[in-house]
Amino acid sequence: MNEMNSGGFEIRDYLRLDLMPHFMCPGCGHGIALRALLWAVHELGIEKDNLAIVSGIGCSGRVGAYIDANTYHVTHGRPLAFATGLKLARPDLEVIVITGDGDCLAIGGNHLIHACRRNLDITCLMLNNEVYGMTGGQVSPTTAETRLTTTTPSGNSEPAFDACKLAEATGAGLVGREVTMQTPALRNLIKKGLEYKGFSFLEVMSDCTEIYGRKNDLGESAEMVLAQKSDMRPEAYSTITEQPFRPNRLVTGILASNDRPEYGATYRDQAAALRGDDNGEA
Amino acid sequence: MTATLQNLHGNHACAMGAIAAGCRFFAGYPITPSSEIAERMSRELPLVGGTFVQMEDEIASIAAVLGASSGGIKSMTATSGPGFSLKQENIGLAAMAEIPCVIANVMRGGPSTGMPTRPSQGDIMQARWGSHGDRPVIALAPASVKEIYDQTIRAFNLSERYRMPVVLLFDQVVSHLLEPVELADRSSLQLVERQWAKGPSAEFEPFARTADGVPPMPRPGDGLRTHTTGLTHGEDGFPSQDPEVATRVTQRLLDKIEHGRADIEAYECHDTDDAEILVVACGISARAARAAVRQARAKGIAAGLFRPITLWPFPEEALKAALGKAKAILVPEMNAGQLVLEIERICGHDLAVEGLNRIDGQAIAPAEISQRIEELAGK
Repeated sequence: MNEMNSGGFEIRDYLRLDLMPHFMCPGCGHGIALRALLWAVHELGIEKDNLAIVSGIGCSGRVGAYIDANTYHVTHGRPLAFATGLKLARPDLEVIVITGDGDCLAIGGNHLIHACRRNLDITCLMLNNEVYGMTGGQVSPTTAETRLTTTTPSGNSEPAFDACKLAEATGAGLVGREVTMQTPALRNLIKKGLEYKGFSFLEVMSDCTEIYGRKNDLGESAEMVLAQKSDMRPEAYSTITEQPFRPNRLVTGILASNDRPEYGATYRDQAAALRGDDNGEA
Repeated sequence: MTATLQNLHGNHACAMGAIAAGCRFFAGYPITPSSEIAERMSRELPLVGGTFVQMEDEIASIAAVLGASSGGIKSMTATSGPGFSLKQENIGLAAMAEIPCVIANVMRGGPSTGMPTRPSQGDIMQARWGSHGDRPVIALAPASVKEIYDQTIRAFNLSERYRMPVVLLFDQVVSHLLEPVELADRSSLQLVERQWAKGPSAEFEPFARTADGVPPMPRPGDGLRTHTTGLTHGEDGFPSQDPEVATRVTQRLLDKIEHGRADIEAYECHDTDDAEILVVACGISARAARAAVRQARAKGIAAGLFRPITLWPFPEEALKAALGKAKAILVPEMNAGQLVLEIERICGHDLAVEGLNRIDGQAIAPAEISQRIEELAGK
């Protein structure tokens, strides 16, 4: 990416370079997602001092530490709950959650659906690599049917969640999905999420080449990423097509938006009215 | 100094104490018998510019509290046994990442769902050992409505001073008592404010080994841009599994308690100077014990009461000093024998230590204790 079409964006300005080299595997899509996120942050002119990154446990949970910002690496599944407290206490901060398919949809599933319902101004970036990579490749809520993992030795027989349908159904203000292959589109999607005044749920189709790809003979990173771009999942991906399960065809872009009052501003307005202040935000 | 006298419910006293201490964020989940704390906070906090949020579960509540405190706001949650169990992992994160917060746990009959509306003191050991790994713990057990108010303020002070979670252990009896309480003028309260890190970020170490063992905390937005993690981390805040680093940083967390003992420990001695039968009790059991000791004294028995207000760290030296002429120790508590284990550890090799236990959801009556005192005195 040369400087002209990256609009003066220099990723090194946003990274903790003394932590390099990073610990992500060769071919992992998480680094591309990180680049797209920081690119969006740059284009929106968000100050690093006011940027708070909250992440949970897993490969996705380790991405945040590389960002030169206020970064919080909390308990498994709880980054959305932690971020809820942080954003309510400090509405001046730009709060971004970086989570994964296991962190967000399995152990943290309850927090996701209520974050969608509450509509507090947080941007949630779920890096979906379809597997528990950090722990060695166990089945996750987004692992495709029939796939081999270390805990589905005969192939996965559970249907995979469509996380975006779940977020939409539970009321998220803004819902979108993008693949890592389309980095500028991913950057634009993240920008929309950051600009949205409310809860935005963004699913990034990442790829776990080293563990999931190898186990299922999905080829090298480039092949896995190209498979995302083709918009088509393997035939075996899902035999169930009704919501909220993953359909064969992977749809990207903004998938849902509904303009609802942002929770924090509503609460502060109510409180100001109780106190008889005229300083409400609405 | 002016003061106001009012009838106050134990759980409301906790909420009022928290507000007085400067708490401006509460996240909770409904649970008997603690819900009045959340209800009162939901009314009070918006009036003082604070925030109340009812979260989707117990775990979310403590996680939100840690988020709010990380943002720089004094924060708390309240719960009872089942919720206290669920919060343990994040209490460990608060200890590890040194995020101040207060957790009020109104103890009810257990195990499991147990007896939600009945009292217990069954979480004394959970408060000490409930979260995995070796971690510093402060737990306070007030015995009256007034003391709930005072100790809630103190819990915030200790939490901010030592950058760690502080647990308030109320039994259901004391949390649901209605007692006249004299509340001090807020301007006369001694409040502790967290030390905030300042200065250039280049060489800043968020978990530095400071003289008192408590590093100033970086606040987001102040320009220091640090990393906070539950992973074992070096002074720079980033993960490390170096054996030397792991030993050093974990030991510093534990040493915060040792260095602060004199400040953290609180207790009361009643008639202990010449006591031959020493009763050790906390919470509502200590009030029953106080009456029992008086009754025993009226019958000429040299009985005394040692009442720890700080349960963890246990005021060990103060107890030893109170032993004086003790020949036997009696530990009445609403559980199958928890506090007694600590008393046995401290003085069990020299003295007969005996428990008096109820696990039936009933408070221990003074008569039960005085009868046992008389038996121990050989009368």
